[in-house]
Amino acid sequence: MPATPTNVPEPSRTDPALIRNFCIIAHIDHGKSTLADRMLQLTGVVEQRQMRAQYLDRMDIERERGITIKSQAVRLPWAPTTGDGQGRTHILNMIDTPGHVDFTYEVSRSLAACEGTVLLVDAAQGIEAQTLANLYLAMENDLTIVPVLNKIDLPAAQPEKFSEELANLIGCDPSDVLKVSAKTGLGVEALLDRVVKDVPAPVGVKDAPARAMIFDSVYDSYRGVVTYVRVIDGQLNKRERIRMMSTGATHELLEIGTNSPEMLPADGLGVGEVGYLITGVKDVRQSKVGDTITTLHKGATEALGGYKDPKPMVFSGLYPLDGSDYPELRDALDKLQLNDAALVYEPETSAALGFGFRVGFLGLLHLDVIRERLEREFGLDLIATAPNVVYRVVMEDGTEHTVTNPSEFPEGKIAEVYEPVVRATILAPSEFIGSIMELCQNRRGVMLGMDYLSEDRVEIRYTLPLAEIVFDFFDQLKSKTRGYASLDYEPTGEQGAQLVKVDILLHGDKVDAFSAITHRDQAYAYGVRLVAKLKELIPRQAFEVPVQAAIGSRVIARETIRAIRKDVLAKCYGGDISRKRKLLEKQKEGKKRMKMVGSVEVPQEAFIAVLSSDDSAGGKAKK
Amino acid sequence: MPVDGALPPHALAGAGDRPLGFYLHVPYCATRCGYCDFNTYTASELRGTGGVLASRDNYADTLVEEIRLARKVLGGDPRPVTTVFVGGGTPTLLPAADLARMLGAVREEFGLAEDAEITTEANPESVDPAYLSELRAGGFNRVSFGMQSARQHVLKVLDRTHTPGRPEACVAEARAAGFEHVNLDLIYGTPGESDDDWRASLDAAIGAGPDHVSAYALIVEEGTQLARRIRRGEVPMTDDDVHADRYLIADEVLASAGFDWYEVSNWARSEAGRCVHNELYWRGADWWGAGPGAHSHVGGVRWWNVKHPGAYAAALAEGRSPGAGREVLPDEDRRVERVLLELRLREGCPLDLLRPAGLAASRRALEDGLLEPGPYDAGRAVLTLRGRLLADAVVRDLVD
Repeated sequence: MPATPTNVPEPSRTDPALIRNFCIIAHIDHGKSTLADRMLQLTGVVEQRQMRAQYLDRMDIERERGITIKSQAVRLPWAPTTGDGQGRTHILNMIDTPGHVDFTYEVSRSLAACEGTVLLVDAAQGIEAQTLANLYLAMENDLTIVPVLNKIDLPAAQPEKFSEELANLIGCDPSDVLKVSAKTGLGVEALLDRVVKDVPAPVGVKDAPARAMIFDSVYDSYRGVVTYVRVIDGQLNKRERIRMMSTGATHELLEIGTNSPEMLPADGLGVGEVGYLITGVKDVRQSKVGDTITTLHKGATEALGGYKDPKPMVFSGLYPLDGSDYPELRDALDKLQLNDAALVYEPETSAALGFGFRVGFLGLLHLDVIRERLEREFGLDLIATAPNVVYRVVMEDGTEHTVTNPSEFPEGKIAEVYEPVVRATILAPSEFIGSIMELCQNRRGVMLGMDYLSEDRVEIRYTLPLAEIVFDFFDQLKSKTRGYASLDYEPTGEQGAQLVKVDILLHGDKVDAFSAITHRDQAYAYGVRLVAKLKELIPRQAFEVPVQAAIGSRVIARETIRAIRKDVLAKCYGGDISRKRKLLEKQKEGKKRMKMVGSVEVPQEAFIAVLSSDDSAGGKAKK
Repeated sequence: MPVDGALPPHALAGAGDRPLGFYLHVPYCATRCGYCDFNTYTASELRGTGGVLASRDNYADTLVEEIRLARKVLGGDPRPVTTVFVGGGTPTLLPAADLARMLGAVREEFGLAEDAEITTEANPESVDPAYLSELRAGGFNRVSFGMQSARQHVLKVLDRTHTPGRPEACVAEARAAGFEHVNLDLIYGTPGESDDDWRASLDAAIGAGPDHVSAYALIVEEGTQLARRIRRGEVPMTDDDVHADRYLIADEVLASAGFDWYEVSNWARSEAGRCVHNELYWRGADWWGAGPGAHSHVGGVRWWNVKHPGAYAAALAEGRSPGAGREVLPDEDRRVERVLLELRLREGCPLDLLRPAGLAASRRALEDGLLEPGPYDAGRAVLTLRGRLLADAVVRDLVD
């Protein structure tokens, strides 16, 4: 095992020529975290005995689902054993990128902090859509790509086939593709050497006013917000006052340092260096990803490019199952927001579900992760309404409405409705082209193009309404391709569409939680399906209950729940009395869990079943 | 449950105002019927598990032990017993002399009221004129036959072994033996039974001339053979709407034959034909249930015996109470029980038992046609015909 390198350059005094900033682009399960672990070990940053699997992923959910939500940066000293830099200790800053489509913006900021990227692909599976999307993003950012096949120790590995595929994609020679096993450590040293050799050293102006880009911002309950930065020009020093260029807010640098991988305070950070800083702010929205930090005194006047405010794309109503948990839900959302600048919410009241919040998310995984954290970390039982996108409704009188909740869809004369659209990229074995096109066509998709990545794998590009993707698109895609397809999408704007609001009425009363906005052509099918489902889920009542779906005042589907005729136990003798009283108590408990919609008792289970059928976020999360 | 079965002192307070009855359980059957979840055992089920203690040969002696224990527990309670009901199981699997001996112990320890109602259940196939005469001579004055149905194919699904016609003959034999009161038990909604089958059963029962008819919807209890057969799809499950239809048929046919309902599942030809013992259960009176698994109630204390005949006999042999557990009901539970039991009766439950929310719910039930307007104005909640079919739903609202 290599010993910890000697003569390790210190932060704030590191020659940029010795710095290599890189990230790893990989699909979930392709072994990024394992590779990161191996690098920590080989560079001696983490000792063998302290090693635990996926050292860098901090949250339970991340560890369990094997996904990385929050990126971090680790400073690794490495003296190459080969090449020009042989024997000389370099500083490798490994920036861990989030691994999901919802976090494309965060990925783009992580990439902007690097000069190179390791493209890590499973040697048994080949590249996936999301990896491809991030690869394109890296190429647009002019990053040097180091192509690597992982898991070459697997019997199912096909290194030749996938080397060819990678070579075609990035325009290199198949022999340039490194072959490693992150699990056994095979080839990882060579990979580190290759990063030193291929990835360019950062170039910045040492004497210019300091400019550092925030590529991540994490809330820590002890330290407040920990901000991860890459210094582009100049230098940041401890105890200096700094300014956030997007807001003009100023803070004192209480601490600055690097991660190895625990936080290690330093005097400062110089050109090309990567590290963290702490200012004492308590909310990540005061330290936004993509923002530029400069010094208060003699600071820069021009911010680095590329900053965007996170914009929620998908909305869902979150309601506590037990109405008295509403204050707990509010507190929990407040806490999560400290660490999640993209999370937005406002109170909302539903006639059917009571008090809750309309919550905006970057996408489906984001929704799923937040909901799971609310349930797991805060012990809340929630009902989530079917996710919906944001609609822009223009009325004939020229007024405009932004609709984030279907039940607020305006009545009256509507001139045009606009919905967000995405550019979707699907990668799959070519045998599934037909079924994928059929699916996309059914979801109002417009084909943009198709390319063969290799002999039997294709990349298919479509424009799709985002609303069609939040429905159950990914589940359908997976089932139609036996799990082989992968999907990535990015918002590209909006389009006008023939959209209508479908309401569900129980005994003549509108149930706001079930209202949905659908394409005119799909409204009937939606109405029929939901009405049939509700008939099945709502127990018979003392009176007949019509269940209707309607567009405006026009009923498009109807079922009837017949009145209950018998609800009595025939026998009630001596030994039955205690049993009957206990049964009554149990039935009364059950009655408490019913929600009254007008005069109709609807079991909570019916809400959950109906709403969750449209919400396949759980299935979509693991892309 | 104290070892000696002692009751908390308040249980006997004001006992003088309440009648006292005895239920005597006989936990034996020749065969187990597929729908039955009662605490009863066949000879083969008992073999090897309870040994000699669980034997039905000396069962009457064991039960008499519990009646003596009851005397000790109830101490100086001066009340004579107004009803005795022997149920099972199949009481008539025991010799008539055993049943008479059990009754004799009640008479000896407590005394019987002059007009006491003394009932035994009987299976049509297990009695004959001599047996019935012996029961009558032993002091029984009411007999209840498990007729269930007049149709062979229905009896077969229920695993009943008697032949159609036999229960009707039993009624005649009982009358001949001098029984004043005779009941026939019927079951409706058995898988495979049609409306016509049910009408035929009602007609046959009425034609036999009992003064009381009970009609129960078949309840498929978890863990029974019938539940397993339904789960396997061998026989169809009867749905609640069919039960409702059959109930309406029963009430119509029985009423036109002069039988009035006095409890949701019970009809009698006259006041005198009502089962006084069952009314004891429904009106919160005191009764002692003797025998394995039997339940008792005295002054707001409910308790129940161990279920297995072997364990039951062992407890008594050691001079311990066979009680397995008990509950002392708080006032609110007693109120809830009164509402849920009395609402099932023709006299209904007094509205002053209800709290404000329950009272408001009763007004809605009245508007919905579930309660009778006449009695309501007189301060009582009495179920209409439709209300009887929805009695549990009404109770859930009224106990609020």
